[in-house]
Amino acid sequence: MPTATSRLYAVGGDRRLRRRKLVNRLMEIAAMTSALLAVAILAIVVISVLQHGIGALSLDFFTRSPQPFGVAGGGLANAFVGSLMLVAVATAMALPVGVGVAIFVTEFASRRVAGPIRLALDVLNGLPSIVLGIFLFTLVVAAHGQSGLAASTALAIVMLPLVARSTQEVLLLAPASLREAGLALGAARWRTIIGIILPTSLGGILTGTTLAVARAAGETAPLLFTSSLLASNDISANPRHPLFSVPLAIFELSESPEPADHAKAWAASFVLISFILVTSLAARAALGRSRRKLGRVG
Amino acid sequence: MSSSTSSLRLGRRRADRLGDVFLHGLTAVAALGSVVVLGMIAYKVFDGSRLSFSRFGLGFVASRAWDPVANQFGALDFIYGTALTSFIALLIAAPLSIGIGLFLSELAPRGVREIVGPLVEMLAAVPSVILGLWGILVLGPFLAGTLEPFLHRTLGFLPIFGGDPQQTGSGYLTASIVLTIMVVPIVASVSRELFLAVPRDLKEGALALGLTRWEMVRGVVLPAARSGLAAAVILGLGRALGEAIAVTQVIGTLTGIRVSLFQSGDTLASRIASQYQGASSALQVSSLVYLAAILLVMSILVNILAQAIVRRFEFQRIGAS
Repeated sequence: MPTATSRLYAVGGDRRLRRRKLVNRLMEIAAMTSALLAVAILAIVVISVLQHGIGALSLDFFTRSPQPFGVAGGGLANAFVGSLMLVAVATAMALPVGVGVAIFVTEFASRRVAGPIRLALDVLNGLPSIVLGIFLFTLVVAAHGQSGLAASTALAIVMLPLVARSTQEVLLLAPASLREAGLALGAARWRTIIGIILPTSLGGILTGTTLAVARAAGETAPLLFTSSLLASNDISANPRHPLFSVPLAIFELSESPEPADHAKAWAASFVLISFILVTSLAARAALGRSRRKLGRVG
Repeated sequence: MSSSTSSLRLGRRRADRLGDVFLHGLTAVAALGSVVVLGMIAYKVFDGSRLSFSRFGLGFVASRAWDPVANQFGALDFIYGTALTSFIALLIAAPLSIGIGLFLSELAPRGVREIVGPLVEMLAAVPSVILGLWGILVLGPFLAGTLEPFLHRTLGFLPIFGGDPQQTGSGYLTASIVLTIMVVPIVASVSRELFLAVPRDLKEGALALGLTRWEMVRGVVLPAARSGLAAAVILGLGRALGEAIAVTQVIGTLTGIRVSLFQSGDTLASRIASQYQGASSALQVSSLVYLAAILLVMSILVNILAQAIVRRFEFQRIGAS
């Protein structure tokens, strides 16, 4: 028998329920809007770069060096060659060390030893890259002057934790059965690691390295104090002298008051962002595939 | 004949043992090397700031001077700029990132999630120098022409929105927004992982009790992920503190402490970056290294704090299950 008060409750409950649903709806909309906002910002940045960058691209842009101040034309050929060289040398330094660290941590180290090494890698990963530039400045540049080698070393320190961490992840994914099979056949540990574990994980290691390369290619701060004072605008790939680079070119051109310089900065950004987005997308796709493959073996 | 095979086997075993020792040693050197590099970074950065330290001592941190002509240097203006821009960036980024994390883990259908998730991570891959370029040429003019006059008109009674907006659009606000864009993808992807790690039966139990999705999130997901979220935000703070390039491009690199967000200023990292074309004296160089040393200490503290929180969080989870 419904009394007046219980009907009142029902009405009040109904209203409360409606309010709860409204709050829920608002929160859902807020969450969706945040995600939309992030995607929209990415779209706006990429579209700005496309819009302003494509127009300024030309063959000269890739094949010629910058002209002296005040002279129109010229390109950024020396920056492209310099960036390739800087990142290549940095990769040659970071890849073997990073893989070595990962093998040590996953295959040899006890938990007590592995902990501090992982912490050190995390701290290295969190260091502001400008501090790495200052480090190489005090270590090498202050005494011997700037060089591509100093800049590459700074970039290698940026890459090292990334390579080490991604390699660790794939080494841990390698199924224990593979390791046990190798040992059961009487193969020594090092043969099992080099002959079985590493080849199985190669795809993942290369993917991680590609992501690290994409990161290093866009870094500017480590280059400021190590490879920024050029003797000339000639195209050079000699890492014993300072080398020009794409991020540094964008940085310097962006600070210029000349609209023509801004156009060049956009064009260089277009090339850099295309390289980075394509390599990291490809690496991510490959990573997903190799994870699934390894998962199936295990 | 049998003796030759056994000696062969013996030789092989010795090679194997040597190989094991060799590989162990080689990788140990690499691992030790990365720890040594970290130590060397700390040593060289402190060593490089010695000249400035002996002159100004710890008072450097509280001194407002940055005068190459009078050879007086201090860090307070830049510490203020770093703290202000990072704080505003986190203030905007934290709720936004948590919202994105919730959308990706609880709301979005699978197809949407697999597109939006990677896109948000792509945002982290955009180099800071390009974000800075966009900040000067696109965001800055928009802020100066539209957002800042609006904020000034409506909220101008607050000191942070007082003072006339600048023409150029470079200043604390522009820097903070650029930093927000850099921090969001980091915090968002960590929060998504945290939310996904909350046990499903807890979530479903809450929904079965008749809670709405938001009440479930507030009552179950957020409390379970609380400390992890704190760590994620702190990691984002580490990123914001140390960003040099994009901030240099958009903050105006001016000494001074200004309350209005529309004004130019400078941060620790951007002051270092903006002086790369040469300092006039050894003391100035050493003072720049001193700034880097402050930055180094800050970032290591922030990192270790985040690690400690994560570790406690893991213990809690293990203990709970």
